[in-house]
Parts: sequence; structure tokens; C-alpha cells
Amino acid sequence: MHLDHHHNGPAAVSADAHRKDGSHRALRIGLGGPVGSGKTATVAALCRALRDELSLAVVTNDIYTREDAEFLLREAVLPPERITAVETGACPHTAIRDDISANLEAVEDLEDEVGPLDLILVESGGDNLTATFSKGLVDAQIFVIDVAGGDDIPRKGGPGVTTADLLIVNKTDLAPYVGSDLARMAADAKAQRAELPVVLQSLRSETGVADTAAWVRSQLAAWTAA
Amino acid sequence: MSRAALLVLADGRFPAGGHAHSGGAEAAVGAGRITDAESLEAFCRGRLHTAGLVSAALAAAAVLGVPPRELDAAADARTPSPALRLAARKLGRQLTRAARATWPSAELDALAREFPKGAHQPVVLGLAARAAGLEAVDAAYCAVYESVSGPASATVRLLSLDPFDATAVLARLAPELDRVADQAVEAARNVADEGTDALPAASAPLLEIAAELHAAWPVRLFAS
Repeated sequence: MHLDHHHNGPAAVSADAHRKDGSHRALRIGLGGPVGSGKTATVAALCRALRDELSLAVVTNDIYTREDAEFLLREAVLPPERITAVETGACPHTAIRDDISANLEAVEDLEDEVGPLDLILVESGGDNLTATFSKGLVDAQIFVIDVAGGDDIPRKGGPGVTTADLLIVNKTDLAPYVGSDLARMAADAKAQRAELPVVLQSLRSETGVADTAAWVRSQLAAWTAA
Repeated sequence: MSRAALLVLADGRFPAGGHAHSGGAEAAVGAGRITDAESLEAFCRGRLHTAGLVSAALAAAAVLGVPPRELDAAADARTPSPALRLAARKLGRQLTRAARATWPSAELDALAREFPKGAHQPVVLGLAARAAGLEAVDAAYCAVYESVSGPASATVRLLSLDPFDATAVLARLAPELDRVADQAVEAARNVADEGTDALPAASAPLLEIAAELHAAWPVRLFAS
């Protein structure tokens, strides 16, 4: 990526782990997954859980509206200047994987305007099971599926399910109503992902987003120590 | 120079943000002006001879060494719509990033310093072509092709138009692309003696007006 290291101009930052002044830039975590699996709700819950201990911001990649950004604004999970919407021309997977230029500008502008930041959450609009984030854009990625989308999704696999750094099986409270077998989903996920972690989550339960927030904290600790 | 660099720069998958823009096609589809392959062709022809020609001349002039600051001002003067100026600068910023990573050059570094929020995309395109060792005519070809290929691929998504029909539109326009590219280079060569006033200022008022309306749509697939 960095053919320009020998130049003195402003860095064409992408995966570079440091800011221009040499300090560590914010950790960038991507959240992807199918439509309606609860990505925005998870982002909102993470913001509420982490905003008092960390300086954070959010970039959304909507399919054809600013719906996700507006939900976060309405819920007032962060001040408006910490939320940026990227327009994707109907293709979130292009904007998060194949052509990440608009997203990189969004994260850099957030760092410039409201930074220094500890953490930036980059949310993809709902997409298909193959949509993953470029390593040039995020440092780690979360894939969010839900029990109501069919309990065979972990078995089907695909790059999101098998390679994401964290897999969230969301809306576990709905499992009895939609006939989804949670134990089977967990076992299939384990088989697909070997040692990579899986969180079974219900944002309506008492624990809510706690397990995911703990994983984010551990990622951040590793990032800061590196 | 490597002529193949032209293919890299002109490739629709070159990661410089073009996929999120329709070149005015979404607004034209919404207004009922593009409904099929025939009306797409008429739209593309109009765009080619106006915005396409102007972009190509700006890009060619940048390759010939006209200072980016002057060309950027000339682009502003030829772009009345604030929404289109914003889109052109956003795309210029994204292209600056992609070009600097792809063809590192002191000129592109200087451009990034001078325009941290982006110069007009055709100006950046010219400097990118220059950094890639390409010539003025190559940059002009990139610009004229982009001026029609963007709307064509967007229309495939917007109208579920048969992709073969959309590609055939581009093929039919090819001889005109040749002529407009040549015309643009000729104008760009005159800048050395006559200043940027020698650049064409062909305007498409409907593209400008529709871009302003489109920017206010609450729900849309494309950024412009």
C-alpha cells in the first residue's frame, strides 16, 4: 500500500498505524452483516457502553439513505459531529472493501475535527454474507448475524462468518419464537471459525452488549500496547 | 512511458470513488429523461460534448504542465452548481489519494498539500496521468470515457437496464469520444499562449440544475 514512504508530503494514510505527529491513530473496527441483523443497534449500544471511557466516533455506509446515521443521531448516542455518513452508490461492499477512499477520508476528517480519538466504528450497510472490510480500512472486524435470519447461516459460512475477528449471533431472545436452535448455531460457528470468538447476544437482556464491549476493550488494549 | 498505465487509470475499478456517483444519471432517471438505452445514449452524448469536453481539456492541460491552481479556478468558473463543485472536489480528493499510492510523485504530494479537501477531479486526473508517465491525449481519453461510462453503469443499476445494451451505447459513442478527446487536447495546447480562457466552457444547464435538485433528495442511491 505504502509506496510513498520515501516522500515528504502528507501521508496518504490508510493502514498506517500512526498519525502524522507519530502518535497512535484511533483503532478502527468494522461492523458488517446482513440487512436487519442489528448492526446499527449494536453500534448504538457500544457507543453508550464506551463513550464515558473512550473518545469515539462512527462512520456509517448506508445503501441509499442516511437512515443509519440518522438513527444514531436521533438516539443521541454521540454528539452529531462524531457521526459521519458515507454514500456508497448502492454498494456498501464496494465502499468498505474494493474502493475504500471515501471511508478513509471520513475517518481522517473525524480524527482531524474531533480527535484525538481512541476508537472509530465503521458500520457497513446491510449486505450479503461475502461482504468483508479491507485491511486498509479497519484493524478488526465484527460480523453480525441474527437468529431470525435462519439458524443455518453459521453452517453456510462465507467470508464474513468464517474470517471476522468477532462473530455476533444477535437477537438470541427471539430464538424460541422463530424456531432457531441456538446450540446448533454456536456449534456450527465454532466449527467454521476454530479459535475465533463468537458472542451470543440479546440487546434486550440484562447483559446486553457487555460481551461485545469487553471484546472491543481487549482489542483496544492490544492496539495501544503494540 | 507505459501505455498500459492508461488501462490502469481508466479502469472502472480504479479505487477513486467513482462507483458512488452517477454523473447526473440518477436525477435524469428520476425526471423521466432516461428510460431506456436510446435515451441513455442521448444523455451520454449531451454530457460528452459539455461536461466531458470541459473535463478532458482541464485534464489535458494539467498533463501539459499548466499550474493546478489556475486549472482549479477555471474548473470552478465552469461549474455553476455548488453540488457539482462539491462532488468534483470530493472525487478529486479520492483520486489524489489513489494516485499518490499508485504513482508516487512530488507533484501529487504538492497537490495534496495545496488542496487538502480536494481539487477538481479532472485537474487531479491530469496530474495522475502525468505521474503515470502518460500524455495529454491519454488523460483526455480517460476524462471523456468517464463522462459517459459513469452514467451508463449507474443506469444499469437504476433501471435494471440490460448491461449489454448499456455497453453497446458506449461502443456507439466511441468515434465521438475520439473527436472530443482531440478537440480537448487542441484547446489545452492553446493555454500556454492564451491562458485558461482558451479552455472550452461548454455548459449543460440541465445537468447543473438537476444536480442541485438531486442533492436535496432524501433517498437516493448515488452521491451525485
